[in-house]
Amino acid sequence: MKLQRMNRRALALGALAVSGALALTACGSDETGNPDGGSSNAAAPSNIKCDDASGQVLADGSSAQKNAVDAWVKQFSAACQVEINYKAGGSGAGVTAFTQGQVPWAGSDSALKPDEVAASKKICSGGQGIDLPMVGGPIAVGYNVPGVDKLVLDSATIAKIFDSKITNWNDPAIAKLNPDAKLPNLKIQAFHRSDESGTTDNFTKYLIATAKKDFPYEGGKAWQAKGGQSAPQSSGVAAQVKQTAGAIGYFELSYAKDGIKTVAIDTGAAEPVEATVDNATKAIAEAKAVGTGKDLALELNYATKADGAYPMVLVTYEIVCDKGNKSETLPAVKAFLRYAASEDGQKILAENDYAPMPEEIITKVRTTVESLS
Amino acid sequence: MDTTQIADAPPPTAEQKRAARGATRPGDRIFLGLSRGSGILLLVIMAAIAGFLTYRAVLAISKDDGNFLTTFEWNTGVNPPVFGIAVLAYGTIVSSIIAMVIAVPVSVAIALFLTHYAPRRLRGPIAYVIDLLAAVPSIVYGLWGALVLVPYMSGLFGWLDDYLGWTGIFSWQGGAARSMLTVGILLAIMILPIVTNVSREVFRQVPQMHEEAALALGATRWEVIRMAVIPFGRSGVISASMLGLGRALGETMAVATVLSPDFLIHTSLLDPGGGTFAQNIASKFSEASEFGRDALIASGLVLFVITLLVNGAARAIIARRKEYSGANA
Repeated sequence: MKLQRMNRRALALGALAVSGALALTACGSDETGNPDGGSSNAAAPSNIKCDDASGQVLADGSSAQKNAVDAWVKQFSAACQVEINYKAGGSGAGVTAFTQGQVPWAGSDSALKPDEVAASKKICSGGQGIDLPMVGGPIAVGYNVPGVDKLVLDSATIAKIFDSKITNWNDPAIAKLNPDAKLPNLKIQAFHRSDESGTTDNFTKYLIATAKKDFPYEGGKAWQAKGGQSAPQSSGVAAQVKQTAGAIGYFELSYAKDGIKTVAIDTGAAEPVEATVDNATKAIAEAKAVGTGKDLALELNYATKADGAYPMVLVTYEIVCDKGNKSETLPAVKAFLRYAASEDGQKILAENDYAPMPEEIITKVRTTVESLS
Repeated sequence: MDTTQIADAPPPTAEQKRAARGATRPGDRIFLGLSRGSGILLLVIMAAIAGFLTYRAVLAISKDDGNFLTTFEWNTGVNPPVFGIAVLAYGTIVSSIIAMVIAVPVSVAIALFLTHYAPRRLRGPIAYVIDLLAAVPSIVYGLWGALVLVPYMSGLFGWLDDYLGWTGIFSWQGGAARSMLTVGILLAIMILPIVTNVSREVFRQVPQMHEEAALALGATRWEVIRMAVIPFGRSGVISASMLGLGRALGETMAVATVLSPDFLIHTSLLDPGGGTFAQNIASKFSEASEFGRDALIASGLVLFVITLLVNGAARAIIARRKEYSGANA
């Protein structure tokens, strides 16, 4: 009897361990970056300037840039005695944590709004929160259509597909853009995000800017168009696209893996533009700086027709105080951002499917980082 | 107690009164103070939470451009914000009903099997496996649902569409099986252990005498169950079902992982779409603005009210069946 009871307990413990391990792997399922690839695994670069940076830095914000920050942190903490803890709780959570003074820097998919700048003035004594564009990312439109290896779409067609106005893959509008493809008679299953997301925000901003007539919605982090199906997070959308024949969905380029094909966009340039890191950087170079003072917020030019510029991009910002940063975290944050904006820091981005900032913008970022106080 | 003594005894002194309350020694008094304090503290905390939530909810609802109860939309990021809970309330109730319809009969059957049919040697292991089901975290159910259950559901959905599609409730347009019915089935599996375990305990409490009496009258085993066990256990099974229903109403991660949410009410249970309160909160919370969070809190309050109503209804049902309850047996 006693033996039996002990067996039970052992079994229960075993079961607990198994389910616990499963739960842990579940949390890691969003990890799509390739931390072991490329030179990011090499010895720490010696040109990281630590100054007197030390201690622990907490940060919060955009999950879109999580893999980029992780790659930076890995390099940076190998060189400097700083522990950086980036909790990718989402842009909204990051900005809230920043304006409440819980974190010295936050990541966000969108620039600070006027009321958020006002709130930041309480935290930054004598200064205010500013946006530093650091990480770019192409938003890929992935599809799963048997027998179609190359697909070209323009913004109007994408808008109609995601607004359930085009519902079959053999629609004449798609056929016109893809004269060589053998489009099957298959129902289109358009997937969008079920959670609020900066990716949705930027994707719809693009559609609104370039195809207002076919996408008559206001835009924002929550999906508004009717119809279609949804899944949580980029990884969820990518998984559904992979699983479902006839599916199409949008997510950051780094999730377009394991055989998910991406749409090339007919922007009006000479050739349809593929979703690649380089092409995204070219599109970001077309952006206009709209921030005042040290703020470097960008306004992207979604309607760009430049050759090889992939217009469906998102830019994530690092948000810090321009003046009045807390003295105990300032050296660490400054050193970290200096590294992130450096040539090495930006080079690591491309290895992780993010787009480095164009030269002109990153030069300004570097100057601004040096002036943080 | 005092009232029976009043007749011929002198009026009790303060000392006696205190003795009657049982709080004479310091330890008793300290314990009384502690427990009374905890009780009061609990009420104060509850009131504070309720007050805070109501305040935030009212803030949000007062700025809602749509009708909070009937709008089929959830958009707190636009100006003016529009949001409503109609779809969430519908989805929460429908998925829970599906879960109950599937889980309760199965649970009662398992409980009866364990208490009245299963060989003694099998009872332990089966009960143990069911206990294990309860220990699985809901995110694991969600992953299992999304990766295993959903792909397999299309077969069932096709079959339902072929034979019952004419009802409208079971018509299927194709598409991934990430619908209310799938969610209901998943919730049924999740609430099964709790309903089964409580029902089993209830059936075990059936007085031996009732069953023996029925047997003595020549009843078969099934007739014993029908005439003695089920009537005795009914209020217990209702309580067990309510526990399960509470879990189904509030289940978050599994639903958020499996469902393909949107803000429409679909007549067909097989169409992907819909949403539940908890799923919506989980999906929207991390990226929501302060105002968006207030709106989510408002929706959470509605879920709270629905849960209260359901529990109230269950208590009413149990109270009506008091004559069968264990207290009178």
